[in-house]
Amino acid sequence: MRIAIVDYGMGNLHSVAKAIERLGYEAAVSGDAAGILEADGILLPGVGAFGDAMEQLAASGLDGVLRQAAGSGTPLLGICLGMQLLFTESEEHGLHEGLGLLPGRAVRFSPEGGLKVPHMGWNRLQFKQPEHPLLAGLDEGHVYFVHSYHVQSEREGDLLAVTDYGQPVTAMVGRGNVFGMQFHPEKSSELGLALLRNFLTLVESGATGQLSKDG
Amino acid sequence: MTWCELYFYRERKATGMLAKRIIPCLDVKDGRVVKGVNFVNLRDAGDPVELAALYDREGADELVFLDISASHEGRATMVEVVRQTAGEIAIPFTVGGGISQVDDMKRILRAGADKIAINTAAITNPDLISDGARRFGSQCIVVAVDAKYNAEWGDWEVFTHGGRKPTGIRAVAWVQEAEARGAGEILLTSMDADGTKDGFDLALTKAVSSQIRIPVIASGGAGKMSDFYDVFTEGQADAALAATIFHYKEIAVPELKADLRARGVEIR
Repeated sequence: MRIAIVDYGMGNLHSVAKAIERLGYEAAVSGDAAGILEADGILLPGVGAFGDAMEQLAASGLDGVLRQAAGSGTPLLGICLGMQLLFTESEEHGLHEGLGLLPGRAVRFSPEGGLKVPHMGWNRLQFKQPEHPLLAGLDEGHVYFVHSYHVQSEREGDLLAVTDYGQPVTAMVGRGNVFGMQFHPEKSSELGLALLRNFLTLVESGATGQLSKDG
Repeated sequence: MTWCELYFYRERKATGMLAKRIIPCLDVKDGRVVKGVNFVNLRDAGDPVELAALYDREGADELVFLDISASHEGRATMVEVVRQTAGEIAIPFTVGGGISQVDDMKRILRAGADKIAINTAAITNPDLISDGARRFGSQCIVVAVDAKYNAEWGDWEVFTHGGRKPTGIRAVAWVQEAEARGAGEILLTSMDADGTKDGFDLALTKAVSSQIRIPVIASGGAGKMSDFYDVFTEGQADAALAATIFHYKEIAVPELKADLRARGVEIR
């Protein structure tokens, strides 16, 4: 089984790659079309600004590659900024178009209520779809978040888990073969690794649905 | 609603539902963990990578590595320790000690650390805070502050160079400036409490926490489990750091977290 970690110059991929290795799988950090299109599962990490990330993806043609891979049914997991990139657009430093695989928009946390931005630290997941294969066999618990923008999903049905930060915040999404985690599973100790393991098991089983255009 | 419940209700309103963090600190010299007893006698307590992995398994929420190597070779070794640690643990970790330039930050972050702590260098060159925050994001920049009560002022003073040099700067004013410059977090060590095991400096921690909006990690003085409860409630700290009591198993992380949870503190 080949897991590709998409390298597009945004953030440290070392921790994600090591976490995959520790779970007993091999991960190849890849920035080229072939490496990504041939993979059985794709991880799209990311730290930084949304606009910069899309620019980097576009410059190397990886935006099209990721759309193609997702369209062909390859399981794709976006992490942190990588999750936000799956959506239609983001308001971060002006409006930027995303990959458009899921409908929704990343918006800035409103500073009302005295909550600190970024939302940084361990917050508790509330499962919206506990029977989903990504959440199978797991109990709700804390995971590690670092982000200043959060996703407003257009479809309630795409939400797998939320967390409470003065308001319900999108923590995990999934539809067909496209998944996202706003937190850092590779920094979320046992629960984070268990979530990654569930994704890898899903890739291995080939049992994901497919993302259809009409949702 | 009792007073205590009301307190927690208000506390939660202010911080969302973020869990209070327990952070073991590993002092590392030339690639080995040491802990100063009164900053003079250093005792070797083992391999930093192994110890870090142990704390991850025990439920520590985060780790801080403080590099106290004096030599260039020691610093280079630290980068290797960071790289190995990043591969072995699945919790965030901060690295401090000897970081005085943006390039030093880059080297450590690239090796896999999540955050950088700067102390003396931030005082001598406050632009380092803003430059680092702009380059890597505020969430990566921790400003470490060593503070000591100045009886003449009736206020806390910032010390640098491992607590040896007074700066004439008031601690609260300094953390406010650090926040304004883009620091993501304050690691606040009370020099008065450090090493005493008589509890965290609640007055200092509260004075600092109440004046800034970024998280405060309280450090220095932890001796028993209730000290942590006190610093999270009365001290208004977001996280608490300790070294010796964890390394020598005087307090085990799982028991500490169970104790805090039982007292109603939001804990992972």
